[in-house]
Formats: sequence, C-alpha cells, structure tokens
Amino acid sequence: MSAAVQPAVSDEVIVYKKRRTVELVLLLFAQTFGLAGWIITSLNLYGTLPEGLVPAAALWYGLGIATHLVVRFRLPYADPVILPAVFLLNGLGLAMISRIDQIPEPPANDAATQLLWTALGLSLFAAVVFVLRDHRRLQRYPYLMFIAGLVLLLLPLVPVIGVTSGGAQIWIRVFGLSFQPAEVAKILLAIAFAAYLYEKREVLALAGRRVLGIDLPRPRDLGPIAVMWLTALVVMVYQNDLGTSLLFFGLFTVMIYVATERPAWPILAGISFVGAALAAWRFTNHVPRRVNAWLDPFSDYDRNLQIISAQFGYAWGGLFGRGWGLGRPGLTPLAKSDMIAAALGEEIGVLGLMGVILVYALLIARGFKTALTSPDGFGKLLATGLSFAFALQVFAIIGGVTRLLPLTGLTTPFMSQGGSSLVANWIIIAILMIISHRGRMPQAATAAPREAGAVDDATQVIAR
Amino acid sequence: MNGPIRKVTVFVALMMAALLLNLTQISVVQTEALNAEQRNRRIMDAEFAQPRGAILVGNQPIAQSVPRSGRFPFVRTYPDGELWSTVTGWYSYDYARSGLEASYTEEMAGTSSEQSVERVIDLLSGRRTQGANISTTLNARAQAAAVRALGNQRGAAVAMNYETGEILALVSTPTYDPNRLATVDLDAERAAWAELIDAEDEPLKNRATREVYPPGSTFKLITAAAALEDGLVPSSELDAPASLRLPNSSRSMGNSTNCGGETVTLEQALKTSCNTAFGSLAISLGPDKLQAMAEAFGFNSEPTIDIGAAESRFPTELDLAQTALSAIGQYDVAASPLQMLQVAAAIANDGVLMRPHLVNTVTSEDLTVLSAQGPERLGSPISASSAELLQQMMVATVEDGTGRPARVDGLVVGGKTGTAQTAPDRPPYAWFVGYAEDPKVAIVAFVEDADVARDDISGGRVAAPIFTAILEALR
Repeated sequence: MSAAVQPAVSDEVIVYKKRRTVELVLLLFAQTFGLAGWIITSLNLYGTLPEGLVPAAALWYGLGIATHLVVRFRLPYADPVILPAVFLLNGLGLAMISRIDQIPEPPANDAATQLLWTALGLSLFAAVVFVLRDHRRLQRYPYLMFIAGLVLLLLPLVPVIGVTSGGAQIWIRVFGLSFQPAEVAKILLAIAFAAYLYEKREVLALAGRRVLGIDLPRPRDLGPIAVMWLTALVVMVYQNDLGTSLLFFGLFTVMIYVATERPAWPILAGISFVGAALAAWRFTNHVPRRVNAWLDPFSDYDRNLQIISAQFGYAWGGLFGRGWGLGRPGLTPLAKSDMIAAALGEEIGVLGLMGVILVYALLIARGFKTALTSPDGFGKLLATGLSFAFALQVFAIIGGVTRLLPLTGLTTPFMSQGGSSLVANWIIIAILMIISHRGRMPQAATAAPREAGAVDDATQVIAR
Repeated sequence: MNGPIRKVTVFVALMMAALLLNLTQISVVQTEALNAEQRNRRIMDAEFAQPRGAILVGNQPIAQSVPRSGRFPFVRTYPDGELWSTVTGWYSYDYARSGLEASYTEEMAGTSSEQSVERVIDLLSGRRTQGANISTTLNARAQAAAVRALGNQRGAAVAMNYETGEILALVSTPTYDPNRLATVDLDAERAAWAELIDAEDEPLKNRATREVYPPGSTFKLITAAAALEDGLVPSSELDAPASLRLPNSSRSMGNSTNCGGETVTLEQALKTSCNTAFGSLAISLGPDKLQAMAEAFGFNSEPTIDIGAAESRFPTELDLAQTALSAIGQYDVAASPLQMLQVAAAIANDGVLMRPHLVNTVTSEDLTVLSAQGPERLGSPISASSAELLQQMMVATVEDGTGRPARVDGLVVGGKTGTAQTAPDRPPYAWFVGYAEDPKVAIVAFVEDADVARDDISGGRVAAPIFTAILEALR
C-alpha cells in the first residue's frame, strides 16, 4: 500500500524552468487571434473598425495580463502553454459569437454577455488558485462530491426546473437563469472518482475469473461501475443526451483503468456501453432518429436541416473559408452554441477548424503531460480525468458537427455560447494548472511518495 | 499509473486524428456534391446575386439577367418565354432549373473550369464575375412555326440540320412562361409552380427529349435498314398475310392498312406501312440484328445532345413473337421524338449520324470563345448505299404512300408515318419523321393524343402538317 511507503529522499533535485515570460508572450499572441477576428468581421461587413475598439482591446488584453499575473505569483511552475491555448479558443469563440450577432436586424449583443461570463470565469479561476492552493485538499470528501455530482447530473429530470431544449433535457431554469448542471457535475464527479479510485485501486485491481485471456474483476467490485452504467443509461434515455452520457461513462472508465491498470475495465465498459446504446437504438424513438440524421441526413431534409446546413457551410467555406463576416453561418440553427464549429469551418475554412482542433489537442496533451509529471496518484488521476473529459467533449461535438458521430448536445469547450460551460471549464483549467504547478515544483520540496510495487515484491497483495 | 496514462494519450491522439481525417474527407470528397445540391441556399443565393450569362438565338437573347434592386440584384427574364420554354427551361430559386439553364448552368454562372482564370482576375480586380453567354443553333422562324402548328395539342417537334447536327427547332407543347418561375417574388413563384406542376396537360414535361413513347410504324425504318444491311433490296418479296400468326404464341398480328397483296416488295411494305410484311421480315431476321440496328441509331445508350434527354429503349432477349411486334414499334420499344429524328437524319445524311447539339459557342464577357461545338460524327449505323435505298423508299412513301400529307410542292421530301396504340381506351400517338433534300433538314413531329382512328394514314394526317409547317418556315 502506498500509504505505508516512506517518501524516498533523493539527492537529485529536478528544477523545471518557470517560463512565465514565454507564457506572457504566447498569451498576448494567442489573444490577438480573437481580437483580429472581431476587427476583420467589422471591416468586412461595414468597412470600418469596430465601435469601442480601444476600450474593448484594453479590457481583453487586461484580462489576459491579470490572469497571467495571478499565475505568475501563485503558480509559478505551472505549464506555460495551457493558458495561451485556452485564451486562443475563448477569443475565437467570442469573435464568432460577435460575428453571428451581426446577422439579425438589429444586431444582437450576446458577445458582450459572453465576455462578461469570460470575466466571471477568470475571477473563479483566480479564486480557485488563491483558495485551493493544493489540489490534494480535494481528496477529502469523495462520497459527498459523488452524491452532489449525481444530483446535479440528474437535476434536469426534476419536473418544474428541468427544461427541454433541442430535444435534450440537460438544462435547468431557476429564477429565470438557465444553467447546464452537467458542466459542474463534470468537475465534482472527476474529483470524486479520482479520490475514490486512488483509495480503492488495489482492491479494484484484484483479479476474479480469467475469460479469453482477460482478468475480469471480482463480481463484488462491480458495484461502482454498475452505478455509473445505470446513471449513463438514465441520462441517455430520460435526458435524451447521448453526449453527456458518453462523457461521464467515458470519464469513469478511463479513470478506473488508469487507477487499476487493468484493461478488463475499459473492455467491460465498452461492451456494456455498446449494449446500452444498441438497446436505446432498438427501444426508443429519438435515438434511431439521431442515427438517421447522422448516416443519411438527406433522407429527411426538413428535420435534419441543422446538420445538412452545417455540411453546406463546410462546402461553401472550402479549404480557406469565406472570411470573417462573409459566410452564411446564420442559416444553420444554433450557430452560436452547438454549431459554432460549423460557423468557424465556414468562415475560417476547413484549415482554420483543423487549427482549432490542433489547439485543443495541444491543450489536452499538456493536460496529460501534467498527469504524467504529477508526483501523487490523486493528481495523476484527476489530471487524466479532466483532460480526457475535454478530449471526449471536443471529439463528440466536433465529430457530431462534421458527421463523424451522431450529433450530441455537448458544448464546444471555451467557444460555444453559454455561461455555465465557460465558467466550469475555467475552473477545470485552474485545477489542472495547480496540479501542473505542484508537479513541476522542485521535487525535493514535495517529497514524492514512491510507487508501490517498487518496494517489496514479497508483500504484494495483488493476487491472481 | 503512467503506463495506462500513456495508452489513454495515444487513444486521444487517435480521436483527434479521426476528426482531422474526417475534415479532410469532407473537403476532398464531399464538397463538390454538397455545392451541387439543389436545396443548398448558400449556392442559390450566391447565384441569384450574380449576373448570369444570356442564351442567344442569333443576336437576340431568349434568356437574360436584368438588374433590379432588392434582396436579389438580378432577375432572370425570358423575352419570348412561351416560344422558347422547351429550349431555355426554367431557372428558379426553389425549383432548380431545367433545359439549357440546367445543362449550361456552370458556364452561365461563371463557375465552369474554363472560367477559372477569369474568376481569379475578377477576384483580384474586385470585379463582379459575369457568366458566359451561350449562342444556340436555333432558328426563330422554324421554332415559331413548330409552336404554331402544334397549337394546343400535347406533342413535340424537333428539326435538325442533318449534315451538321445543329438543332433548328425544339418544341414541346403546351409551352409555359418560364418568367413565372424565375421571378424573385418567391410567393408568386411557388404559386406558379404549384399551378404548372398540377396542370392536367403537364406543360413542364419536355416531350421532345425527356419522355419516351412507343414509336409505332416509324420504327419500320429501322427494321427496313436492318433488312437492307442484311442483303435485301427494295424489290425483295415479303410475305404479307392478312393475319400473321406469331410463333409460339396464341396471338396474331393484323394490318391496319391495305398492303396490296399477300406478298409485297419491301418498298411497297414501307409505303403502305404493312405490319404483317415487317412482322414476317423480323421473324426471318431474328432479334439480334434488329437490336444491333436499333442500338446503332442510338437506342439503349445515353443521349449525346447537350440538353437533358432520356434514353430510348429497345428490349433485349426477345423471342420471335416479341421480335415481330418490336419490328413495328410496339411491345416494349420506346423512343423519344429526338431519337426518331436521329434515325431520319442518319438516313438522309447517307448513313452518317451527326451529334445533335443546341449550342455552338460559349463566349465570355470579353467575347473570348470558351468552348465551341462544330459538326461531330457520332457513327455510321448503315452504309451509304443502304441509306440511298432507304431515301428512295421514304420519298416514295411521301409521293404515293401513307405519307402523302407531307408533300411540299417543289421539294424532294421523304418520310414515314406512325400511329401507336398503347391501351385500348387511350387515344393513339401520332408520328411523322422525315427529311428534305434542300434545305437539308430532318424533322420529327409527334402528337400525344391524336383524336383519330387507329391507322397509319390517320396518324400521318395529324402529324404531317406540323412537319410541312416547319419545313416551309425553313425554305
């Protein structure tokens, strides 16, 4: 057991470079993309610079510099690429929302609201950095967090406050404010899984029967995965949202796999998810409809208008796009939220969208690197879970919009319109950067516990 | 834990790669089809915001884009819409396009590959792209004569210079006004579409090229051609019983005209349109030779004309009874008027079939010729000597056979009548195909509902005057 292992005292101290100035330069560069998108839109549409350019630019760069200063003083060892990547995505999202604002007459003003949410997200980022300081403090209340997360996840099913939008019931509305509780549930459940699995990983790794060369877990250990499977099923059937269901089940599966190092878990999970998905396809009405919209959208032009229009947008944009303000993203319903990847593809082209995907990939890669360098198991698990959640979300929504997968109601992280998702994702970035800071701090100062297994083979509990 | 984390990382990398590959796939494979999709509003709006090239007959536009103000800066206008509707087709926001508007849409919109250099120049110089004009081979007088002669009947007429393949007139009646579908008042456009698509006489059908009908006795030209190629001559004797028993069948074939005896010559059989003589001829020729000859004239293959056209059918794997019926243009034989025109044209042109075409040049705004279509040989279904013998027989048919209504004073005219019945309770189809030596023109006239008796002379009486009216207009 790792708790019994004494920290190894090493003579060598690894000192990572802080690279805060690199971060600042990258950050200012990344912020320029969103600002440039906004300016070019105005030039293309009206032939003039946007109104209030100087204050808006000052506010935008001010937010970036303020965030940088928080990191510089509280998380000096954090990975320097994470923040610029997120600001790049957030800025492009703001620019695109502002561009789509220009379509109706008179123009809408959703971009200003979104900027306000961004500011709120950054304040929460700073708050988490200041209050939390060490991610291991999150390890303390796994069951409380698990229950809170499940309640939030299932909250949209409560009659009065649950709201159905676009066929999926994943919103709640309280006092006129709508909110996607799954976004917050994502954080709580990731923390709860990480804490629970880190504690129980040896027990869960105990092998049961061996089938087809794979060690199956003991039946009595199947409880937690069964609970998650049922939850995913409830989300899929009653909330009509394959994306959210896939996100949470995938998150849990990957974390239990990383904790136990047993490939049997993802295999079991994959089989049961496919089984549930097939059953949903067979026994519900909406799932076959989504599958049909995915495989053969042109068979029902009116019902599948959204996904068809998104495809037309890509074709119309071509490789390099029509240019900011010159496409027709307004023809696609929900262009600001679910379909923002389609709007981007149309105006900055397939190449531009590929660039966006690569920035996501960079962000996710940095998240996994944080997991690899983190000295404590809880941090590793949490960073893996949060990074994988981003990856799944990006894969599901961009894959859905480009018809690689059936379309789901997930948000495009940092880009699509909507406050709850933006704020929650900024909190995740705060946690990731804290883990990264702890992982890259000079090692002797953190006194890393050594991995079990390396200590004493005779006392191993792992049995076959 | 690092081992599994690395594996998860590889998995995530594969997911991202799948996204990128799928995007590549969209841009490489799907773009073209998506941009060609008729309901793609982006494409339609962009096209409607651009001046489209004109369709010209001589120097007169029969379709042009006229500037206006409002959501759509141009509106497609057809100065004499009813006259040219079969040729131009329609160009509409909600209902796509047809006719030349469909087959030359890229050139007229300025998006064809020939115009790519111009597009780049326009882009760099900030000019609005102007589509190319297309010049047609049509003759306004022949077209007007054909429309007038067909009148209110449902039918079609096509005239072609058989030496060059230039189409001189192309009409399907009743005509319609394409301006009503091209209007940018979209409510009016939808109302017009609903009215035209539900109209009982189906004016939006292109009966000249896009519909196929039983050709009836006009198909005997192909049977006669197969016989001549097989070594027969116009004076060869054929059995012509009053009733021909069909082999291995309980049915028999009768005549609707007086053949002039129990045995007749091939020339006499064509002149009198004698069913049993052609039936027995086909039984001795066999199905394969008949099918080969029909296919040489263009049956069972994609039409080559530069406007939307349907494939004409000659059935395959026939037994002898079916062969006999097919030889007189019944059973499952179906031909468009254009196809029967090609038969007459190849015979008149000494056995050489020319590619029929409506457009001879596509000219850009600065009068550069982007593409041109001159006379093009498609093939030679019969020898020059067989063609000459067939010409003699067709001339004789008009001189003193069933084709007498097609005689024109002072011109050498050859032709063949046809009357095809499909169902007993349905009026027969009336046909006339023929040619003149000067002007060198082949003409087909077709009427869908000939309200006459079911014999060949009657069919000739309905269709032949349309033939002569067009011929007179071209003199």
